[in-house]
Amino acid sequence: MAELLTIALLFSTIRLATPLILAAIGGLFSERSGVINIALEGMMLAGAFTAAAVTHGVGNPYVGLAAGMAAGLLVALIHAVACIRYRADQVVTGTAINILMIGMPAFLSGALFLSSGSTPQIPKDQLLPYFPIVVAFCLVPIAWYVLYRTPFGLRLRAVGENPEAADAAGVRVIRMRYWGVLLSGVLAGIGGAYLSVGQSSLFTRNMTSGRGFIALAALIFGKWRPVQTMLACLLFGFTEALTIQMQGVVKLPSGEDIPVQFIQMVPYILTVIVLAGFIGSSRPPKALGIPYQKER
Amino acid sequence: MKLLRELFFPLLAVVAAFIVAALLILAVGDNPISAYRLLFGAAFSWPDGIGYTLFYATPLIFTGLAVLVAFRCGLLNIGAEGQLYIAAFATAWVGITFAQRSAWLLLPLCFIVAIVAGGLWGAIPGILKARFGSHEVINTIMLNFIAVALASYFTQYHYKIPGDPIMQTGPIGPGAHIARLGKFIPGLPERIPLNLAFILALLCCVLVYLFLWRTKWGYELRATGTNPTAAEYGGISVRKQIVIAMTISGALAGMVAINEVLGYRYRYYDGFSDNYGFTGIAVALLGRNHPFGVVLAALLFAILQRGGIHVDGFSEYVTKDIVQVLQGTIILFVACEAFFSGQFARFGLMRRSKV
Repeated sequence: MAELLTIALLFSTIRLATPLILAAIGGLFSERSGVINIALEGMMLAGAFTAAAVTHGVGNPYVGLAAGMAAGLLVALIHAVACIRYRADQVVTGTAINILMIGMPAFLSGALFLSSGSTPQIPKDQLLPYFPIVVAFCLVPIAWYVLYRTPFGLRLRAVGENPEAADAAGVRVIRMRYWGVLLSGVLAGIGGAYLSVGQSSLFTRNMTSGRGFIALAALIFGKWRPVQTMLACLLFGFTEALTIQMQGVVKLPSGEDIPVQFIQMVPYILTVIVLAGFIGSSRPPKALGIPYQKER
Repeated sequence: MKLLRELFFPLLAVVAAFIVAALLILAVGDNPISAYRLLFGAAFSWPDGIGYTLFYATPLIFTGLAVLVAFRCGLLNIGAEGQLYIAAFATAWVGITFAQRSAWLLLPLCFIVAIVAGGLWGAIPGILKARFGSHEVINTIMLNFIAVALASYFTQYHYKIPGDPIMQTGPIGPGAHIARLGKFIPGLPERIPLNLAFILALLCCVLVYLFLWRTKWGYELRATGTNPTAAEYGGISVRKQIVIAMTISGALAGMVAINEVLGYRYRYYDGFSDNYGFTGIAVALLGRNHPFGVVLAALLFAILQRGGIHVDGFSEYVTKDIVQVLQGTIILFVACEAFFSGQFARFGLMRRSKV
């Protein structure tokens, strides 16, 4: 076991936690403003595809990253307009976006690159292996500061807890919720972009493979707070890193492999337990999921 | 008149989605009309087109009904995917373990296991919500992943035939097979996997309708969905209704196993579900959360699924992924359209119960 707990495992953990942190902190802004965001997965996919396609096109990963952010923003705008303006059910809209975003990038890849859903390989010198990691870890203190030490953060939290009171105090509820959702799109877009032009060198069909949901799990496990959420992301990143490292190396006493499926389940089981209140209580923002309508 | 109105908005959403997708097809330089002709043309040929379309519709009717029952109680079950995986594995397990038994014993046992396994997996988020107030949406998402991992673990480590490169279990006993409809319908070859589960799905539609609108239990369930506070005052235990609704919902999703394991592959095949659980949400919404609407919506999505394969093969730029784009767009429009027509409150979605 000792040889496993190496520097390599640590780096692997940080690398794997990065997209989770970006998406989870994004989700934090959205959910703290009162809008459920199960569309993180779709937003990440949009970011991942666009970043890879644009980087392939122009040869500059920073442009690709910016395009990925824009794509995340666009998807978030759909979610925001549907949920805030038209007061559609936030979970249904999120599900629709996730289905749409499994299809859309694959459809566009198929049409643009005549592939079966992936973008062409990007040369190694056009990748961004470290920059998004720095962004992710800088983001956490920034998110904490914005949320707890600025008027913007106070208003954002207020509309998520008690929109009527916030409205009475002069806060523009609708506008704050748009900010929350759009921020989540931009950040999840960076998270997705890191997957395609950072960790790997192309977009493949459904390449997030549930990371948006793990980010959501981390957000709940972290009790909707930035630092705890980051720690949850690191924990989940660690379990994933462990899964990869252990494959075929560590054996049970009986000589069998340790089934990866059990390690994969850890984040999900922990989330269910935490949400039920067995390990401290994880309380969502009070107005989460309830559309706001100004009284007339 | 009422029927027309009920049909109007879903149709509008579907047409709008097709227009959006047509613009997308134009944008990538292909012809939307020829693409749509391929998409729909494939579904109506006899026997292959119709046979496969009805076969694809079968799991969608089950998952659509599953989502519907939960919806009517004010719950959103996005865990049908996990429920059907657990049920499929459990069914295959029984079919393998008791393979030597006669059909008289094995077949009912497999049916019961499919329903009970799905129901139990569905009951978990119900109990968690009723007991601890934790949100069923998050829990069902998490349980989906857990279900897939569990089924995959047991398949890989315990029930795979050694040396088989495919992630699947060994075959179930012949006693657990259910007949394909080709056996009864002249002209329908038995290679088409459409089976008795389709008839069962239609039967379930009628049963769900009778249950929800013709029994006291269905009334209590719907009352909880429409207004949990009033229901509680009226002497209905909201917590109990939540558990009941999620259990029935899971059981309906579990019946997908009957189509998949007993009627089609005769084994558990890892990753068999083509997002049936999530498409079920689209089916229920588009079907106006009514059992008969669910059948129509399931048929539409089945046609698209069948057509997607043809589009993939015969058009230059358009791939089968257009089907998912259409599905997502349809749900988006249905979700937003409900606001305009003021129908949403009726489904109890706006007033999700807070226990």
